[in-house]
Amino acid sequence: MSRRPASWHAATVIAVAPETPTARRITLDVPTWPGNDAGSHLDVRLTAPDGYQAQRSYSVASAGEGTTVVLGVDEVPDGEVSPFLVEDLAVGDRIEVHGPLGAFFVWTPPAPGSTPAPVQLIAGGSGVVPLVAMLSAHRAAGDATEFRLLYSVRAPADVFFRAELDASTGVEYVFTREAPGGWATPPGRVTRETLRTLTVPPEREPRIYVCGPTPFVEAVANWLVELGHPTANIRTERFGGS
Amino acid sequence: MQHLDGNVLAGPLAGLFAFDVTTASARCAGCGELAMLAQAMVYADAMGYVARCASCDAVLATVVVESERTWISLQGLSALEVPVLREDEAPARTL
Repeated sequence: MSRRPASWHAATVIAVAPETPTARRITLDVPTWPGNDAGSHLDVRLTAPDGYQAQRSYSVASAGEGTTVVLGVDEVPDGEVSPFLVEDLAVGDRIEVHGPLGAFFVWTPPAPGSTPAPVQLIAGGSGVVPLVAMLSAHRAAGDATEFRLLYSVRAPADVFFRAELDASTGVEYVFTREAPGGWATPPGRVTRETLRTLTVPPEREPRIYVCGPTPFVEAVANWLVELGHPTANIRTERFGGS
Repeated sequence: MQHLDGNVLAGPLAGLFAFDVTTASARCAGCGELAMLAQAMVYADAMGYVARCASCDAVLATVVVESERTWISLQGLSALEVPVLREDEAPARTL
């Protein structure tokens, strides 16, 4: 029934590049890829020579039609799959991917003529990846919906997809460990007060997407509810380490 | 163990349902809470996945994926609410 049914695909790595000191951008050519909505993910399956298999989910940073799929993968120390993807995977390698997956944490352009609510994106660390896809899809569609991103990140060097974010308006950064010189706010974690001052207020009934590590997502989602946002307007995606 | 959420079940369950079941509303048999499966707490390990109710922590479903078969228990779900889609209609995918 889905417009883009999920299935297993053979993918070939066509580019790899450092994204941050611990993360890498991986561009895949997937000839059978049916395209994907902004925010969806895929499962990567690696098979060792002895037949052992490991599988993990990664958000897709690209969106729309086309058979080029972009991932942003942060290396999890002691992880089973991400160290291979970040350090060892090379151009020309083939991996198996299952997707596109997930109809919950996606954004699609509103119907023509509708007056959509503002969209507030909130990212913790590499949780920005699916939100970058949403920003890109929003821009590509020429959509007039107000979009804002609050991005919590350790340090300026850890920002993912900086060029894409620089091309978007309404991006606010919260640096948790190290801020750029001259930054008005000392480094620190996102708090309920941060959300109150830097995100679209509940009176404007924004649709909110939150993605990041589980503790980040749960703290932010709870504060959003405390600030008066209905849970039905908040969509969340958590990731863990491995 | 750090939990994830029901979004991670989209892949393991993709071949078992005719739609993305993570967007189905699931009723917890324990407390009656109705929430999309994507919003459940999911504990993942090498054996598979255990989905728990985000409100009362009761086990909703268990999924074990092996190379030859997938084993699924929906022991804690008293109902699944699934939007009806016409063939020519894209599924409801956005807020």
